[in-house]
Amino acid sequence: MPVQAIAFYLLAFVTLASGLLVVSAKNPVHSVLFLITAFFSAAGLFVLLGAEFLAMLLIVVYVGAVAVLFLFVVMMLDIDFAALRQGFVNNLPIGGLVGLVLVGEMIAVVAAVSSNGAAAKQALPNASPGGVPNTEVIGRVLYTDYVFFFQLAGLVLLVAMIGAIVLTLRHKPGVKRQDIGKQVARTPKTGMELVQINPGEGISE
Amino acid sequence: MIGLPHYLVVAAILFTIGVFGIFVNRKNIIVILMSVELILLAVNINLVAFSAFLHDVAGQIFAMFVLTVAAAEAAVGLAILVTFFRNRGDIAVDDASMMKG
Repeated sequence: MPVQAIAFYLLAFVTLASGLLVVSAKNPVHSVLFLITAFFSAAGLFVLLGAEFLAMLLIVVYVGAVAVLFLFVVMMLDIDFAALRQGFVNNLPIGGLVGLVLVGEMIAVVAAVSSNGAAAKQALPNASPGGVPNTEVIGRVLYTDYVFFFQLAGLVLLVAMIGAIVLTLRHKPGVKRQDIGKQVARTPKTGMELVQINPGEGISE
Repeated sequence: MIGLPHYLVVAAILFTIGVFGIFVNRKNIIVILMSVELILLAVNINLVAFSAFLHDVAGQIFAMFVLTVAAAEAAVGLAILVTFFRNRGDIAVDDASMMKG
């Protein structure tokens, strides 16, 4: 068996096994860690397909950002996870049935078209056809044909960032904050008070 | 020789695991969000596999956009979850009907 096939089966097995453990682990912290494993081995599958840039992106974005975000939330919130697992066994038969039907249908479709269309072609033998690296190929297409969608993706991230901040921002009462409008609207009249002091008496508030 | 169907079957099984996870963890919204991430990962594997076998880089561009939307979705979803937890004290979403009039 060529080394590529061994690598594929290994990475595919690890991806699927850790995916199954994500949904069945008792402790959500373990779920997040298995999610990281699943993304890591999926990145390996991407490398096998010659998409190195996307593989690195998957590791940076998912393992570095999204999984850590999940980990933060799981550890920050004080949640009784045992109570949340009630109904797991009750939902198992219907979930398993729907899953079996779904995977059976999809594999049937894949098997039906497994010898025509794109499946009849070969993947590129090496990762960089004509000496052009994968990253450069993506850059050439992304910044020309898809530049509008690229900008739109940035807008989506901006909206998501603002949305997340607005949702979680909480003003505690009793904390003094800077109010720029108040500062700018201040005049000598409101900011200063002239007090007439009689000699020998001093002043009191 | 590893062909396109191999990758498609892996993606199909991963997608099914995600759907299965949503079914069996109906109360735990954190695991539901992780299942959604698994489903999007399966879609990405499909896109990249087709991109490699059709010798067309557009699939990888689309996978990148899916990645962007997935990251945004996770961020907003977890922010909603944190707000929900502050208001309710737990995250059992199977009886989340606070918005009902």
